[in-house]
Amino acid sequence: MSVALRIIPRLDIKGPNLVKGVHLEGLRVLGKPESFAKFYYEQGADELFYQDVVASLYGRNSLQDIVSKTAKEVFIPLTVGGGIRSLNDISSILYAGADKVAINTSAIEDPGLIKSASIMFGSSTIVASIEAIRQPNGSYLSFTDNGRNSSNKEVVSWAKELEQLGAGEIILTCVDQEGSGSGFNYDLIKQVTDSVSIPVVAHGGAGSAQNILDLASQTQVSGIAIASLFHYDYIRHNRYIDDFNKEGNTDFLKSDRIPSNIESATIAHLKSFLLENNIHVREL
Amino acid sequence: MKKPYKIAIIDYQMSNIFSITNALDALGFESKVTSDRSEILSCDGAILPGVGSFPEAMKHIKNFNLDDSIKDFINTGKPFMGICLGLQLLFDGSEEIENSCGLGVISGNVKRISAKNKNMRVPHVGWNHASKNKLLYNEKNIGPLCSLNDKDYFYFVHSYCVEPDNDTDIYTTTEYGGNEFCSSILKENIFACQFHPEKSGENGLRILNEMFN
Repeated sequence: MSVALRIIPRLDIKGPNLVKGVHLEGLRVLGKPESFAKFYYEQGADELFYQDVVASLYGRNSLQDIVSKTAKEVFIPLTVGGGIRSLNDISSILYAGADKVAINTSAIEDPGLIKSASIMFGSSTIVASIEAIRQPNGSYLSFTDNGRNSSNKEVVSWAKELEQLGAGEIILTCVDQEGSGSGFNYDLIKQVTDSVSIPVVAHGGAGSAQNILDLASQTQVSGIAIASLFHYDYIRHNRYIDDFNKEGNTDFLKSDRIPSNIESATIAHLKSFLLENNIHVREL
Repeated sequence: MKKPYKIAIIDYQMSNIFSITNALDALGFESKVTSDRSEILSCDGAILPGVGSFPEAMKHIKNFNLDDSIKDFINTGKPFMGICLGLQLLFDGSEEIENSCGLGVISGNVKRISAKNKNMRVPHVGWNHASKNKLLYNEKNIGPLCSLNDKDYFYFVHSYCVEPDNDTDIYTTTEYGGNEFCSSILKENIFACQFHPEKSGENGLRILNEMFN
């Protein structure tokens, strides 16, 4: 027995709302993030990952209020990303109750930030986030600003560099698969996990419990971040209970349409399924 | 309703003390984040938290003159808890970054997690077990984990671990990548753990409650 595979609900935040897109685009409002967070905590989530999906685009950070509300009633680790540009930003998000911060855009702009942040706050507090998009020549480049802008960083070598700089963990989002429910990019995830010795959390593509089992059996991932699968389950069970904020595209919530290519599953069901298949996960 | 019990969260400006405050709040304990000697000593219990590197933390503790306050508090016999780096700081020294001295309350040293198999990643991040020291605690329900068993999970995040000189100080051990390390110590009024009770869900809250009730 050793450390358990972490099942991490990922909550994309825009303003006061939980949102979900496809390939990080076309965001739909799903509800209040704190309500989802509490539900997932009670269901046995191993950690929560909040990502402010527009923060680095507009240079604003609206997460602090949501983070501090969540940290008062959810006693599992909370990782927060989006719009973190400086050591001061890290301090203030930790001050709000986050345990770890995820940094992408500003790490690419200034890799020194990962180094100074890991010395100041400890490697284990600093999660490097990579948003990978496949290029026409078959290579993968790291993107910034929630998959909008390309950088010249090739994904595997960037992952190694981030480890050298002192990042304690990597969260790898495969944008081509993200929100599609088409299964993970097993090859890329395997390449990244095999090339670093820090933990890697994979995100993007979970359409069924079987996809997650495949990823856990084929790669050395330490955690899997999952959004749609859990969110759609929450919505099926808690429809209209939420008094969600009217900001943003709420048509989806009113329309009753849940994408048919994505199964829904509770965390507890997913974990039982993984345990039956000999994947070590934490049960409540 | 608040419990008639006040806990000092020792502040040396290097910790995520907010999650500990939140957990104590949820349990109904009054807590005070402080680096003031007389305030620490006036409390009924104390917690030494910690995130960051060992040498940096010791520098901060000395700058705030907290080393004596911590030792004096421990000598009062009131419950004292160390969490994560707060466990490591109680030891004689650590090899993290550069060899440096700790508080020397528990004899032993802090070493980097050593890898036995190549799939073991460092830092050790995630949920793992804590098995009670069989020689001392077999069948005996003693200490803050008395209501918990070897199948329960706690949240860990660390690259270094403690190696106590005296096996009798070891309260629990944890297996990672083929190696077993000391995941908590229990000595008189001191309980200190490598995992984070404030981030270990209901099990963690039970430990905090047991410690200070």
